[in-house]
Amino acid sequence: MTTSVSPLSRLGHNLRQTLGNILIPILAILTSLVVVAGVIALSGANPLEGFMGLWDGAFGDGDAVANTIIKTTPYIFAGLALTIAFRGGMFNIGVEGQFFVGSIIATLIGYALRLPPVIHLIVAILGGAIGGGLWGAIPGWLKARTGANEVITTIMTNYIILRIINWLISPNGGPMRNPARPLPQTPEVYPTAYLPWIDFSKINFPWVNLSWLASATGSLHWGSILALIMAVIVFVLLWRTILGFEIRTVGISPTAARYAGVNVERTMVTTMALSGAMAGIGGAVQVLALTHYFSTGFNVGYGFDSIAVAMLGGLHPAGVVLAAVLFGAMDAGATIMQMRTGVPIDIVTIIQGLVLMFVAADLIVRQIYRIRVKPADGTTPVSATVQTAGESG
Amino acid sequence: MAEQQLALRVEDVTKRFPGVLANNDINFDLEKGEIHALLGENGAGKTTLMNIIYGLYKPDDGKITINGEEVVLHDPNDAIRRGIGMVHQHFMLVPVMTVTENVMLGNEKTTTNFLHMLAPLDRKRIAREITQLADQHNLKVDPSAYVRDLPVGTQQRVEIIKALHRGAEILILDEPTAVLTPQEADELFDIMRSLTQKGKSIIFITHKLKEVLAIADRITVLRGGQVVGSAIPSETSEHELASMMVGRDVLLEVEKSEAMPGDVVLDVTDLIAEDDLGHQVVRGVSFEVRAGEILGVAGVQGNGQREMVEALTGLRRAVGGHITLLGENITRSQPRHITDIGSAHVPEDRHKHGLVLPFTVADNLVLNAYHVEPFSKQFFVNRAAIDANADRLVQEFDVRTPSIETPASSLSGGNQQKTIVARELSHATVKLLIVNQPTRGLDVGSIEFIHKRIVQARDNGVAVLLISAELDEIMGLADRIAVMYSGRIVATVPAEGADRNRLGLLMAGAEVSSEINTLM
Ligand SMILES: Nc1ncnc2c1ncn2[C@@H]1O[C@H](COP(=O)(O)OP(=O)(O)OP(=O)(O)O)[C@@H](O)[C@H]1O
Ligand SMILES: [Mg+2]
Repeated sequence: MTTSVSPLSRLGHNLRQTLGNILIPILAILTSLVVVAGVIALSGANPLEGFMGLWDGAFGDGDAVANTIIKTTPYIFAGLALTIAFRGGMFNIGVEGQFFVGSIIATLIGYALRLPPVIHLIVAILGGAIGGGLWGAIPGWLKARTGANEVITTIMTNYIILRIINWLISPNGGPMRNPARPLPQTPEVYPTAYLPWIDFSKINFPWVNLSWLASATGSLHWGSILALIMAVIVFVLLWRTILGFEIRTVGISPTAARYAGVNVERTMVTTMALSGAMAGIGGAVQVLALTHYFSTGFNVGYGFDSIAVAMLGGLHPAGVVLAAVLFGAMDAGATIMQMRTGVPIDIVTIIQGLVLMFVAADLIVRQIYRIRVKPADGTTPVSATVQTAGESG
Repeated sequence: MAEQQLALRVEDVTKRFPGVLANNDINFDLEKGEIHALLGENGAGKTTLMNIIYGLYKPDDGKITINGEEVVLHDPNDAIRRGIGMVHQHFMLVPVMTVTENVMLGNEKTTTNFLHMLAPLDRKRIAREITQLADQHNLKVDPSAYVRDLPVGTQQRVEIIKALHRGAEILILDEPTAVLTPQEADELFDIMRSLTQKGKSIIFITHKLKEVLAIADRITVLRGGQVVGSAIPSETSEHELASMMVGRDVLLEVEKSEAMPGDVVLDVTDLIAEDDLGHQVVRGVSFEVRAGEILGVAGVQGNGQREMVEALTGLRRAVGGHITLLGENITRSQPRHITDIGSAHVPEDRHKHGLVLPFTVADNLVLNAYHVEPFSKQFFVNRAAIDANADRLVQEFDVRTPSIETPASSLSGGNQQKTIVARELSHATVKLLIVNQPTRGLDVGSIEFIHKRIVQARDNGVAVLLISAELDEIMGLADRIAVMYSGRIVATVPAEGADRNRLGLLMAGAEVSSEINTLM
């Protein structure tokens, strides 16, 4: 009786479910834009012009698009790091610090070691991953061993790493300082560790010819491709591996996970280590591709802003990539917007904050648009995004 | 009957879920002062209909009349305001709050009206009112206890008190007796009778036909989302009701041959375990289960059964004693190791342990085996094998679900239970089967099937440890019966010729005398 459902209606069901999953994020974005339009209007500028400026700055021409992609990349890494952690039930606020650990270790390997080209790069990125992973594993281990709340401990590890790094690169005798400069920054890494630009004139697949993109050479680096590969890897990890099954089980119900034979404590530590490693790779990529050295004030905030990216992306890698593009585009377009219309760059921060609020408190959005909360039998609708997105994987 | 005597009337109600027609043109009414029993298979649509009456779901079609007035219920608050109270099949309590806080939740009273929302909560008053209600209706509960520390049976009492406290006139009880012992159920029936005498009306859902015949004034039967019949207790029988529900004849007794016990599979000596509060609740339990036999543990809930089973399955660390499974000491083993040696476990609490509710039915069906072939290879899970397994088990165990991709949370309670039982009974290399309340919430047809499968496992040489609050289930299935009281096994008797009354007395803690020892 009930089991005889036609494949067609099954497809329709899946389609509706997917639509349902992306409906809330889209409405959250729209609502944020409407609110911000009000704010811009109050400040005396024309909201429409402001948004047009933002759009042109992000997608107006080839350079703008390249800039958007560059700005998107760190959001993808950090968003993926948070996706792993949140799926595993770990509220990792420490991505910011793990990102920095990745940067600083990659920098150290980049200027302190002499290795052949490609190998140097790979070692530097791996070093960043391992550093971020270990730094993330500490709060995971504390939670597994003592039950210490990871929100608190990751905030603390953020402070700790910040102080350590300030000391490391301090011009007054920091062990990683650049002796040639009176500023808090490290020496430059050797070119063997550079993450190269994509040379479009050299990419010639037999089936597509990308040489027409040759002019874009020098504006996009391989880190963006790595980010996309990582998104696929995270998807496979979470939904196609034994470990991913265990991470998600622990994330939803530690008691059921224990019953199922999962080593809950070990999984918590692993989850945090993987999350930290992903953040670490993000940090390494920023240094090795863009600045080639580490200094204070560079790359601040990705760990925190990406909480919004991960939530907006429904804790699904594909969603995270899309949400990261949105945030990257806003970062990229903000300057043009300010130059053209006088709308201050900070408006972008407001939009990003509002998006996070509307996604996290999706009940607000549901109420505004009269979307009925579906009361899942027996489960508390803590966060519908966390519970429903991508379960069908 | 006169229209104004109807407390509730439901006309032509239809409700669709993705892939299921849960309620199909249902007509149902409830007279004032009546106990109206609602019967039906797992997934027939009983809970859905009740959720509609309680304002949790909006019907796609149809109309609801309360006390002669047509109403549209937007949410449970609407329903509560109109005097409807519901005790859900799966409790809706907040585990980290006390009984008092749970009762006042959504109905908070403050000590003063000054600064209304900010004034201190009047916990004392509520606690007093709870004690009053509890005394009145014999619902023993400690208002200051934390809900997460209470056994399932007590949590249910809290739910009933909560509904009464809000002045419910129409009380919906969705399978309230599933978690109660026979004595507790009798007490509940007394409460229900006294409530109806005071003019309250009750909709009572159960799968236990005896109860229906004992307490209901009227009976309505659902099947496949439709009303398929109604009856009056004095004019019907268990068999008639059973076949009306399931659409075929049902065997209410278990058919089984003599047990052929083999080697000892599980050997427990002097097991001691504590509950979450650190109280010793398993106090020196010893028994053995042999291959090819069913040992039934009878006992009123809360006498240490839960902790004992958790210790046996590695979910709880034993404080003392020895547990040996197939010759291996597993007293300190992890759950995974115990499973891998060859044990399967149907847990008592299906939501806490048995299922990952947001996961699909397919994933839940491999919760105990996702890490071994064929469901995974090296690091990767094998979706095709997982789906094939799900297709097979859903068919075999008749789990009513729109698809194997449906999250377990949207299955009916009985079908959630069937999912767990299917998973554990189909475990490939099982030598020991521990089943704790295996048929809780199942309809008579499904119970018949699961019982058959348990006996079949026994006949295949599996050692079965059955824990059940249903004396009928124990007496029907077990080959030997151990009675557990206050953390001890007070007697072990052969099921053949076991005396119901004596078992009942032992379960209630009657003094263990030498006379009983001769029975052993
Ligand atoms: N929230 C929901 N989402 C999707 N489907 C649902 C939901 N709730 C119930 N269903 C489906 O509706 C049908 C009826 O379920 P319902 O819970 O009403 O059954 P029931 O008669 O109470 O069964 P049981 O005796 O097992 O409790 C089932 O097929 C179930 O899968
Ligand atoms: Mg039900």
